[in-house]
Amino acid sequence: MSLLEVSGLSHGFGGVAAIDDLSFAVAEGEVLSVIGPNGAGKTTLFNLITGIYKPARGHILFAGREVGGLAPFALARLGIARTFQNLQIFLAMTAAENVMVGLHRHLDARMLPALFRLPWIARADRRAREEASGLLDFVGLSELGEATADELSYGALKRLEFARALATRPRLLLLDEPAAGLNASETQAIDALIAKVAKSGVTVLLVEHDMKLVMGVSHRILVLDYGRKLAEGSAVDVRSDPQVIAAYLGQAGSSLAQPPSAARRPPAAPPIDVSGEA
Amino acid sequence: MRGPGQHLPGLSRQLPRPAPRTLLALLLPPAPGAGRDPPWLARYRGLFALALAMALLPWLLPNNFFFGVAILVGLNAIVCVGLNLLIGYAGQISLGHAAFFGLGAYVSAILSAQFGWEPALAMLAGAVVVGLLAFVVARPILRLSGHYLAMATLGLGVIISIVLVHETRLTGGPDGMAVPPLRLLGTEIVGARAWYWLVAGALLIAVWLALNLVDSPLGRALRGLESSEVAAESVAIDTVRTKTRVFVISAVFASVAGSLFAHYSGFLTPAEASFPRSIELVTMVVLGGMASTYGAVVGAAILTVLPQALTVFHDYEQVMLGLILMLTMVFMPKGLVPNLALYLKRRLP
Repeated sequence: MSLLEVSGLSHGFGGVAAIDDLSFAVAEGEVLSVIGPNGAGKTTLFNLITGIYKPARGHILFAGREVGGLAPFALARLGIARTFQNLQIFLAMTAAENVMVGLHRHLDARMLPALFRLPWIARADRRAREEASGLLDFVGLSELGEATADELSYGALKRLEFARALATRPRLLLLDEPAAGLNASETQAIDALIAKVAKSGVTVLLVEHDMKLVMGVSHRILVLDYGRKLAEGSAVDVRSDPQVIAAYLGQAGSSLAQPPSAARRPPAAPPIDVSGEA
Repeated sequence: MRGPGQHLPGLSRQLPRPAPRTLLALLLPPAPGAGRDPPWLARYRGLFALALAMALLPWLLPNNFFFGVAILVGLNAIVCVGLNLLIGYAGQISLGHAAFFGLGAYVSAILSAQFGWEPALAMLAGAVVVGLLAFVVARPILRLSGHYLAMATLGLGVIISIVLVHETRLTGGPDGMAVPPLRLLGTEIVGARAWYWLVAGALLIAVWLALNLVDSPLGRALRGLESSEVAAESVAIDTVRTKTRVFVISAVFASVAGSLFAHYSGFLTPAEASFPRSIELVTMVVLGGMASTYGAVVGAAILTVLPQALTVFHDYEQVMLGLILMLTMVFMPKGLVPNLALYLKRRLP
């Protein structure tokens, strides 16, 4: 059964279609990567699935339930967690506290018990601290729990956001460019982390420009261009798809490779190595 | 299939459970290398210090005038501790907290003076009325992002202030009204000393509540949404509801302080609910330090005592006040207490 099912999804910004009649499904336990040139609508798709935007048309089904248009916090409660392309860390809090905020939906957040610090709040707090510590271990930040987030390196913050998202105990985890801005070894660590998370049964939807990472970790790949599905399938299928190659490298050989609006594409689209041997 | 109750296996780690060493450890932070404090001690250390300071203070106060100033400090500090939860931790600004203070004071005063209610019960009624009003105002406003709350509370404050001035039949209008003394457990609270201890106790409770709240799931949610609402929502925090809750609790803090003030002073005028008073309260929080409960207490203390001390400058009192504020903002934008803490942290090994 598919955990996430998107059908006929459309969303635009002032007449420009960012997502255009898009349909795809993610199976439970799968790692699906969404790739595409800059401006293809990847982040818009994430923002639609996580409720930041309300879909103009179409349906988003999560675990068989229509969730299009729900508020972000309500979607998070259902088990959808995400990381952000440009970090959204609680900088004034410690690393451990950042992860503890991630545990929010499993804790008692009522006001009166909190004000009087009733016994179960104290107990749950202690358990939360332990769980946060465990999650920091999991992402490789064991020693940094008490450090304030603004003292951490960029790479560490990326992993901290990962830990915070995992703390919600998601069924579906959306990763928006987890390797952006990281060096090769840091990217490798993220790669291993994604594989570890996927192995534990969490379904992963990944947006990433690092093709080596994408090709290695994904079960399937969805290629977007101008908000529409260009191709979908295994790494091998996608890599050899002429339309995909055209979209990335701007080859003018095949007319199929040119979407109707291709004239709008900036001439110097950054070529991305699709071969996976970077 | 994993449900929301389960988690990645083996992810919880046992943390060491440190213990306090001596009685002195209650007040002093551990020496470097001496291990960490247990969480409750780290949380309440300042509270012990505050209790000790307030217990010793009466021996330093020469007469009732000074007791009166100390009582005003305490009452302002209660409002500021609540207001700081809203401004410092949740990042929302209220320009109408004097109105909540005033409304709490007047509900308590009117019910006890004109309807013969037990003052303690009237105080409770004031807190309920203010809490409900705050909820009704905040809920729709906080759905909008941005600083709309500041505008809404500004308007609300002005409205409440006008109502208090014009409802002369109930409030006595600009001339004010007399308020009966507070009775607790069958004894009337009279005299500056008795009131000092009562307000000191109330302040300790207010600080205790605030410290608990800040270090709870709700408090962490607040601090989180202050820095990124998008991220807070992404981890299942209902930001509108969370902000509404803290606004209500901060209004209730102001209301209780207002009621105490009414019964303490025995006389109430609408000036207590005026807009300049609201600004004064915000300034106390900002001066003492955003997101610092003790900062709120310190800010309240300074800006309550300072005008008394500055009377030597006669006409230049307001100028001096303004100057002090400007210098603080330029050299310590985070406020006194957080900057001082940062300084000590850097200086001490």
